[in-house]
Amino acid sequence: MPNVMLRNNAAGELVLYITKKDHEETVVSLEHAGPGAWGGEMQLSDGSRFYLEPFAQTPKLPLSVRVKRL
Amino acid sequence: MTMNRQETEQLIQEVLEVYPEATGKQRAKHLMANDPTIEKSSKCIVANKKALPGVMTARGCAYAGAKGVVWGPVKDVANISHGPVGCGQFSRAGRRNYITGHSGVNVFADMNFTSDFQEKDVVFGGDKKLAKLIAEIDTLFPLVKGITVQSECPIGLIGDDIEAVAKKSAKDIGKTVVPVRCEGFRGVSQSLGHHVANDSLRDWVLHNRDDDDSFESTPYDVAITGDYNIGGDAWSSRVLMEEIGLRVIAQWSGDGSMPEMQTTRHAKLNLLHCYRSMNYISRHLEEKYGIPYLEYNFFGPTQIATSLRKIASFFDETIQENAERAIARHQPTMEAIIAKYRPRLEGKRVMLFVGGLRPRHIIGAYEDLGMEIIGAGYEFAHNDDYDRTFKELQDGALIYDDATSFELEAFVERLKPDLIGSGIKEKYVFHKMGIPFRQMHSWDYSGPYHGYDGFAIFARDMDMTINNPCWKNMQAPWKQPMNAEAARAAA
Repeated sequence: MPNVMLRNNAAGELVLYITKKDHEETVVSLEHAGPGAWGGEMQLSDGSRFYLEPFAQTPKLPLSVRVKRL
Repeated sequence: MTMNRQETEQLIQEVLEVYPEATGKQRAKHLMANDPTIEKSSKCIVANKKALPGVMTARGCAYAGAKGVVWGPVKDVANISHGPVGCGQFSRAGRRNYITGHSGVNVFADMNFTSDFQEKDVVFGGDKKLAKLIAEIDTLFPLVKGITVQSECPIGLIGDDIEAVAKKSAKDIGKTVVPVRCEGFRGVSQSLGHHVANDSLRDWVLHNRDDDDSFESTPYDVAITGDYNIGGDAWSSRVLMEEIGLRVIAQWSGDGSMPEMQTTRHAKLNLLHCYRSMNYISRHLEEKYGIPYLEYNFFGPTQIATSLRKIASFFDETIQENAERAIARHQPTMEAIIAKYRPRLEGKRVMLFVGGLRPRHIIGAYEDLGMEIIGAGYEFAHNDDYDRTFKELQDGALIYDDATSFELEAFVERLKPDLIGSGIKEKYVFHKMGIPFRQMHSWDYSGPYHGYDGFAIFARDMDMTINNPCWKNMQAPWKQPMNAEAARAAA
């Protein structure tokens, strides 16, 4: 359950930053990105996958959350 | 002679040959030939890993990162080096982070506060001593704005509870007391110390004045972060921000102060120079206070112009016009400097080995002078720094992560650069090898190098180092080839 920060980079892409490892990767796919739910399974550009408990609404970024490593 | 990628790979293989097999395998992952098309460095270079036993690394410790780099320059706090006396003494006043003010009145960063641990403190614990020390500082220097407790190795080893002491003392003296868990053995380099210090700022300092709205902010407030005012760097950056109409409300942490840090939340934009040491707090400022951060580069006129335009694009048209005007105003001076020094420096080849930012940031300044970077490396960078480096370096340039002193010397012997930019530990080795050298951590007792004012000094320094007549006298007279006059005399 790493602590991560989700933010949009200058190019507008969603990036996931693993605080403890000081490691930043772009999110290539997010399960629920639309209105109604935001989160779920996400795939990063390096191939690793994480699960984020979905939010009811699109949250304000940047945001520190705990995610599950899949 | 510019090397292509194969030649550089070949060189790396040859240099690695002397190592035992296992060591060679490990070190090979830290060395590479540059390919500017690579976006992600994680596949081709390993960074931020523990140095191998038996090699000489140039790295420092977490205490160096926290006390020396991040907290050290904050002028109105007393930094206690908690532990034996040496760490504090040898990290005092060596970094040339300039400060305005009067020592003991509003400046305390030039003093060495230490708990001077003795055997009995290690055996019985040093918490009581620390509480006494904090009270003593408050009595002797009542104007101190805050006190930080920078842990040295023994504190973590004996398990002292400095957080508890800090909380209690803060209540007793009515000031901010910050425990910083930066024991030297933590992490692999000073880089973790930056992170720990950033986290201590986040947890113990930043929010302390969140309910105080007496600060009057303007739409043009910015903060300069990750500028440590080495030789006055932050000042020569600050004048440029002010010239384009922005108001700098905080400097982190060169010539910075506690109140500045706490009012940073009123800034509209956070200008981040040293990404490596202050990205952590910048991310936090963005999340908690909604202040976006922008990485900029104030080395050399080309990068300054690009950065000023990038900064101005966050604001309205007046600022953008001001930025253009500022760039135009400095253009003739810069052209004169380049006209003077470029002919003397054109085509000179440079190797860099510095901390976590400069190997990529100063490339532009060298290129403005017509010089070429043939090798660059970081002591303690992470992979995101390398992501940013590949684009800046030319194809086939040598990249070395946490280079050992053997590797660095071997590379220099083979590549024969005209100038090396690295730290004090490397300086005299390369001087003895007869190669011009600049100490690029603290600008070799010169500076500032940031901004337009800094570039003038940078160009002069590079010229006086490379074209110094002493490099022609490196050979003993009896080993030099006989000149015509001597030959006639001998005959």
